[in-house]
Amino acid sequence: MLCDACKQNEATVHFTRIVMEKMQQVDLCESCSKKNNATDPESFSFADLLLGLGAAQEIEQASGPELKCATCGYTQADFKKSGRFGCADCYQTFSEGLEVLLKSMHKGTRHIGKAPVSMQQSRDASGKLKQLQKRLEKAVLEEDYETAAALRDEIRQTREKLGNVPA
Amino acid sequence: MNVHQFLAPLAQACRRTGPHDRIVLSSRVRLARNLRGHAFPGHAKKPDRVRAMELVRPTVEALPEMAGAFSATMDDLTPQDKLTLVERHLISREHAARSAGSGLVLNKEESLCVMINEEDHLRMQSLQTGLQVRQAWALIDQVDSALERRLDYAFSPDLGYLTACPTNLGTGIRVSAMLHLPGLVLDEQINQIIQSVNKLNLAVRGLYGEGTEALGNIFQVSNQQTLGETEAQIVERLAKVLDQVLTNELNARRRLLEKKPKSLFNCVGRAYGILTNAHLITSKEAMNQLSFMKLGVDLNLFPDVPRSLLEEMFILIQQAHLQQHCGEKLEPEKRDLIRADILRERLQAAPRPKTGDARCLD
Repeated sequence: MLCDACKQNEATVHFTRIVMEKMQQVDLCESCSKKNNATDPESFSFADLLLGLGAAQEIEQASGPELKCATCGYTQADFKKSGRFGCADCYQTFSEGLEVLLKSMHKGTRHIGKAPVSMQQSRDASGKLKQLQKRLEKAVLEEDYETAAALRDEIRQTREKLGNVPA
Repeated sequence: MNVHQFLAPLAQACRRTGPHDRIVLSSRVRLARNLRGHAFPGHAKKPDRVRAMELVRPTVEALPEMAGAFSATMDDLTPQDKLTLVERHLISREHAARSAGSGLVLNKEESLCVMINEEDHLRMQSLQTGLQVRQAWALIDQVDSALERRLDYAFSPDLGYLTACPTNLGTGIRVSAMLHLPGLVLDEQINQIIQSVNKLNLAVRGLYGEGTEALGNIFQVSNQQTLGETEAQIVERLAKVLDQVLTNELNARRRLLEKKPKSLFNCVGRAYGILTNAHLITSKEAMNQLSFMKLGVDLNLFPDVPRSLLEEMFILIQQAHLQQHCGEKLEPEKRDLIRADILRERLQAAPRPKTGDARCLD
């Protein structure tokens, strides 16, 4: 078995941790384990890093440590320290890796609850758009060009109504 | 008007009633919301926080639900004021630690409280006595819908309401209830209950005390997940679990009464003895003994003692209320002394427990 860190030497130090009834393992060679102080039970940070545990690590691995939010100037390191974002746009900035993080915290990764009325309309419209597109594809497949043309017009109208509201 | 003049007198606040309030002390639904285009309060500079508050505060004050409300910035309040609000469960400890650029608006009935610039721009909560999580959700939903017409919320169709901490993302909802569970504690079932509630992704923790301690046998149950479910699903799940815990607590009390009446009466009798005779008592001991004396009231051992008196004592013996009562700041040793004096005086009229008519009241 090779070391998870250097992928060269034989692993002799083995970590096992059970998180949410799932077993996770890290195998390290003697020198990697010493170098990273991995045997210190007080500091599991290195094992954490390898296991991809913890919120900050997920995002750091996905996007690199240099990432900074253009809107509020919040950095990777800030998130790591506080576990909180700086502004609403940070969810865009740090979107890589966010999915994994959200999966570990929540029941799902998409919001299905309440929405502001203004957003509700655009959400309904974008749902309608998807349905129309499906019907259009079907009509084209069945060579029903009359229906397809009507659907195309309806799609155009719905798009216009949506305007520049984010889909 | 200062906050002490605004708040209902403690005795009156403790006489509020609601369904199953012997065991479910209160229900709460909190929503987290933020403004589009403003940094979250934790990251915003003070002028930005002040700007966000200037948008939010008048909008909240203008709600019809907030007619006659108490509204203040946190730097208007003294540490004593803030701690009083914490002890009444109206604001969080975290919010009490804030000053300029944060604020709160609290309605007359003390059933609706909006914290401004806590961790999020808005933390609005509805509080109800007893088991009323559905009603609490209905009220806060209505307030949120009214605010959304005036405030531009940070919202993403995929991720929902965007919050400073990703653990609140999506619905931004936290549904919780405060439970008094001495029966399950004495019957040594509490850990089992906590584990099975945890399996449903709900958290149970002691409301007072450090770590796993639950002083006064008071526990808080709340949802942990906020994304991927609707608000109604979360509220319903919590309502069902609370019903179950309530039934379990009542069953534990009945079982103790039937199988181990002596150890139960021992517990209540000792609590009565200590509370009516101690001359020095820490808040920790007082909370635990008040919990058992209240259990005695629920078991009909003190037919002449109103339950609200014990609820009142429970809050009155805490630091800020004690200091407010005495009109001065008190050192810890002095607090133990005055706490014991108040308890002896207020419980003096309570006759000794009558075990003859013991039965489980629900």
